[in-house]
Amino acid sequence: MPDSTRKTRVNKSLLSDRFEKPIEWLIKICGWSSLAALTAILIFILKGAGPMISKINWVEFFTSTKWVPSPGTGNEPHYGILAMLVGTLSTTALALLISVPLGLAAAVYISEFATGKVKEFLKVLLELLAAIPSIVWGFIGLMVLAPLIQNWFGVQQGRNLLNGGIVLGLMSVPLIVSLSEDALRAVPDAYREAALALGASKWEIVFRVLFPAARNGLLAAVMLGLGRAIGETMAALLATGHANQIPSAITDPVRTITATIAAEMGEAPKNSDHYHVLFILGLVLFVITGVVNVVADLVIKGTKKHV
Amino acid sequence: MSTHIEFSDVSVHYGQKRAVDRFSFKIAEHSVFAFVGPANSGKTTMLKCINRTIEFIDAAKVTGQVLLKGQDVKAIRDVYSLRRRIGMVFPLPVGLPLTVYENVAYAPRRMGVRNKAELDEIVERCLRDSVLWDEVKDRLDMLGTKLSGGQQQRLTLARALSLSPEILCLDEFSIAIDPVTTMKIEDVLMQLKEKMTIILVTNLTQQARRMADHVAFLNDSELVEWGENEAMFNRPKKEITGRYLNGEFG
Ligand SMILES: Nc1ncnc2c1ncn2[C@@H]1O[C@H](COP(=O)(O)OP(=O)(O)O)[C@@H](O)[C@H]1O
Ligand SMILES: [Mg+2]
Repeated sequence: MPDSTRKTRVNKSLLSDRFEKPIEWLIKICGWSSLAALTAILIFILKGAGPMISKINWVEFFTSTKWVPSPGTGNEPHYGILAMLVGTLSTTALALLISVPLGLAAAVYISEFATGKVKEFLKVLLELLAAIPSIVWGFIGLMVLAPLIQNWFGVQQGRNLLNGGIVLGLMSVPLIVSLSEDALRAVPDAYREAALALGASKWEIVFRVLFPAARNGLLAAVMLGLGRAIGETMAALLATGHANQIPSAITDPVRTITATIAAEMGEAPKNSDHYHVLFILGLVLFVITGVVNVVADLVIKGTKKHV
Repeated sequence: MSTHIEFSDVSVHYGQKRAVDRFSFKIAEHSVFAFVGPANSGKTTMLKCINRTIEFIDAAKVTGQVLLKGQDVKAIRDVYSLRRRIGMVFPLPVGLPLTVYENVAYAPRRMGVRNKAELDEIVERCLRDSVLWDEVKDRLDMLGTKLSGGQQQRLTLARALSLSPEILCLDEFSIAIDPVTTMKIEDVLMQLKEKMTIILVTNLTQQARRMADHVAFLNDSELVEWGENEAMFNRPKKEITGRYLNGEFG
């Protein structure tokens, strides 16, 4: 008996020895390939932007709201993206203001309060919501929200910052809910029991125990929701009104960077200055998402050290 | 001595599965009562009936009566106040995601202690009683989850003591703690007996022998027998009890 057990143990360790190296390599390759993909995307954008990187006036680019990329003959083109930058950032901020509280509340409800059939039903509903294509969301903004906003606020144009923010916010809710719910579920039950045994109420457990314990996962959920709102194109195009101006009220139409690229890529002649500038817009989006991710990382690290 | 806790015909089912089968016993005030028995014999489930955290498990159904100083725990309206009367130390170390200090100060603060000096005093006393103070006194503002397993286990004990509970339940508390520290904690517990009733769940029969006034033996969801420490170890009524307590099976 002892002999045979020893044999199987030896076999096992030989087996794991044989596979350890290749698996390590596989993991390394996966890690590096994501970096390679990122680099490839960056190269692709830079190549598309090409000559315009040195040709455009970068000060005007960031400080002017004048966007005349394909002027009539004899006229100067203008490439000022300030209005679009404001449009993208303001719709995204508004979207987060809606999606984060809604998403977190729903996640808490599903993971901590709902039971049995209700829980199952909500999860299915969530998957359905997540599967709605963005063009449909755009239509909801266009056909449902726009008239409502016109009525409530008594404005001419129902497609505006508010509309865009609501649509983008609602769109990112399912993503935030399902990721946050995963993060909350990953908190061991032992934590809940420990807090319960101390006489904590359910709400105290949520705020004092679950949120801190699931902090990284929750932040990741918010970040991905934010990414979805910043990157969304079709719904933004339909819901925001696509007007190139800095909004002075929440009911002013705005225009986002993504919608601009989508709307103008087709009409800009290939390899024209306009065409190249659209790639620079892509570069700006790339940098914004990069910065957001780095900041999120720092926040996670910062809170880790502090608490 | 008067009865502190009484189980009267208590059964617990998880769905169809029976985990506690008609337990009846009495625990005297200021005594140490040890429950020993193999894994899955229903020890943890039994403890959860006392502070009603069993209600947290949807599938669990409890019948019979758990009496605390003669009062049915089910009749206690404010379940949170009930839980604060009972300190509970779980087998797996759980440092809540708060600082070491806050882990211990959490419950007193909730009970209305605001004075910083008073809180400091409670935190130090509880950490000393759980033999953790010397190791953490210089890093009270570190996350509790960053402590080692054994330290977190003692932090759990400190947290339970912070409630100044009338009953302290310890569920296999020494699983993650080295023998020397375990002995130190056992000494402290023997002193704490002056202030509270201690329920000790353990599968170290020698620990029960050293500490308990009364011992109960559980096996396969049943309370095989219970009685005075000396009698249980030397003159058990059932043969299986003697075999288990003498380490011959399990
Ligand atoms: N949450 C639960 N759901 C279903 N069955 C459970 C649950 N907790 C414990 N049990 C079952 O109840 C029995 C007793 O478990 P437990 O009280 O944890 O025993 P012990 O603490 O003595 O190891 C075991 O068979 C276990 O599988
Ligand atoms: Mg147990």
